[in-house]
Amino acid sequence: MTTSAVTLADVTKRFGDVVAVDGVSLDIAHGEFFSLLGPSGSGKTTCLRMIAGFEAPTEGRVLLHGEDVTGLAPYQRNVNTVFQDYALFPHMTVHENVGYGLKVRGVSKTDRSPRIDEALDLVHLGGFGDRKPGQLSGGQRQRVALARALINRPRVILLDEPLGALDLKLRHAMQIELKSIQRDVGITFVYVTHDQEEALNMSDRLAVFNLGRIEQIGPPQSVYEAPRNEFVAGFVGVSNVVHAGLAEALTGRAAPFTVRPEKISLYVADAPPADVSTCDVSGTVVDVIYLGMFTRYAVEVAHDTTLEVVRQNVEAPSQDRGLFGATVNLQWDRDACRYLSEGSAENNQGGTQ
Amino acid sequence: MVTEQTTRGPIDRISGALHHRPRLRLALLLGLPLLWLVGVYGGSLLALLSQSFFSIDDFSGTIDRTLTLDTWGDLFTDSNISIAIRTTVMATAVTIAAAIVAFPIAYYAVRFAGRRLRAVFFVLILIPLWSSYLVRVYSWKLILAREGILFWFVDKLGLNFLLDAALSAPGIGGPSLSASALGQFIVFVYIWLPYMILPVHAALERVPTSYLEASADLGARPLQTFRTVIWPLAIPGIAAGSIFTFSLTLGDYIIPTIIGDSTPFVGLAIYSYQGVAGNLPLAAAFTFFPIVIMGVYLYVARRVGAFEAL
Repeated sequence: MTTSAVTLADVTKRFGDVVAVDGVSLDIAHGEFFSLLGPSGSGKTTCLRMIAGFEAPTEGRVLLHGEDVTGLAPYQRNVNTVFQDYALFPHMTVHENVGYGLKVRGVSKTDRSPRIDEALDLVHLGGFGDRKPGQLSGGQRQRVALARALINRPRVILLDEPLGALDLKLRHAMQIELKSIQRDVGITFVYVTHDQEEALNMSDRLAVFNLGRIEQIGPPQSVYEAPRNEFVAGFVGVSNVVHAGLAEALTGRAAPFTVRPEKISLYVADAPPADVSTCDVSGTVVDVIYLGMFTRYAVEVAHDTTLEVVRQNVEAPSQDRGLFGATVNLQWDRDACRYLSEGSAENNQGGTQ
Repeated sequence: MVTEQTTRGPIDRISGALHHRPRLRLALLLGLPLLWLVGVYGGSLLALLSQSFFSIDDFSGTIDRTLTLDTWGDLFTDSNISIAIRTTVMATAVTIAAAIVAFPIAYYAVRFAGRRLRAVFFVLILIPLWSSYLVRVYSWKLILAREGILFWFVDKLGLNFLLDAALSAPGIGGPSLSASALGQFIVFVYIWLPYMILPVHAALERVPTSYLEASADLGARPLQTFRTVIWPLAIPGIAAGSIFTFSLTLGDYIIPTIIGDSTPFVGLAIYSYQGVAGNLPLAAAFTFFPIVIMGVYLYVARRVGAFEAL
């Protein structure tokens, strides 16, 4: 067994009475793009800060490449962080910011310069070296922060919601770029985000955090397609939870399950004949949201259950607004039902690469 | 049915009229302060400086209002220049000491003190400013006197040989702390310290923790972080504080009167030429020193970015 790039072994962090991280264990492989996904206050950032060394765990150990670094200061660890607010030094130029890590480690000015230029080229900021951070746009600052981390050739880069401050279009562009840079340099990326879409489209694997614990670890497909519990189902994607009572009527099994909106077909007229491999239910359209590529329908199928259905706008949807209040038939494959375990973190499936 | 008519009062009409006249609003906003600054403040300064081109009749002690440069000739004597130098050295020393004392206090308040402790700390810094400055200087005279608490305490510690050695040093010593330049220095630092702490605190407060974390994360040891990140970002605050400590020391005449060996300082010299000697022209010419010194100082302070932190 090869050693992992990052290991958290039963790590707990308490701030006074507040338990921020509650017995988290995880292994991140070399060269992996690993995301810590969760709502704010779920402990993901605290985990990242413990890997960086800004916080010391109350209990448990942090290992980097098999070496126990629990008691080491940030400047003694071979990891670099890209901060949420970028934390670029305002009194230094871009060139000085990027070269800072080399400078404090005693690399001479002549040796630094070509490496700084190289790092700036990597993030497409060649020629910006003389500017101050205050003269850059948000996206450019983001790149400088990344270059400043990359230049030290750390074995792990930690990113704390690095795209949070960017607008949507720039965020999408940076997602693609971050991913491709990560592939090029082959450094392990540990990425904290609350954006499930970001985590799904960038990660090799991700861990879903809630209330200081990990709810599920795995590759994006398995976390999305097979959520282990209601929290994961709801946080990663849209949850359509069918509670036990209705579930029994639909599947003959009194266990709650979830079904993704895109798996459900919506019929204004009769649905194709039901059989043992399908679930069929009818309901009332209580909301219609036009999203350009898709239209999202909320269909109330029981007094306490509303299912969301996504339908691609293959034809012009102008008359679809008319579906509001209409009775429609829903049908989906029984295989699309994901039965939920009510318990949480205890039996994680340690995802495999 | 009667159509409802909105009636507008005079205030309403004025505010409406002002809304579309930005220049008039600006004039109303700045009129009074400008009148004060240019008319009262600048005018009196000019009136004072113009006095320096008159001369005093040595025999009768009356002012001769014919324009002359004689007074300016009297200004640049060795003794007057040494007063200016002495004052500048003291102001510089006080400023440096205030910065050294203020920095750790401000740093502690920003980085480590909790909210309540920080409030207590601000009260402690600001409370002395509520009591009369004169009273505080007089109490320092008692503290620093040979019979005072400081000598008593140093004696208890058995360290009076150190104090005596300091007091026998030429230039800064004297018969007791209260009659020495060293004592003046201590009181100056005490009196002006709050004016240094507050801007340094403001500057440090604008350094987010993430800068320090980023620096450590990139491999900098605490001392390197201090030198390359904290210190450069604190400099504008220190420069801003130094404008207060420096200029206040430069112009002060109370502390040199009460504490020290009555070697004149610039402020004291102006005060005694004007008051005791009645030589208003020479007193006016003497103000040339602090104006020039402060002019140079402010120029340098501006260059290091002091005004961005005010």
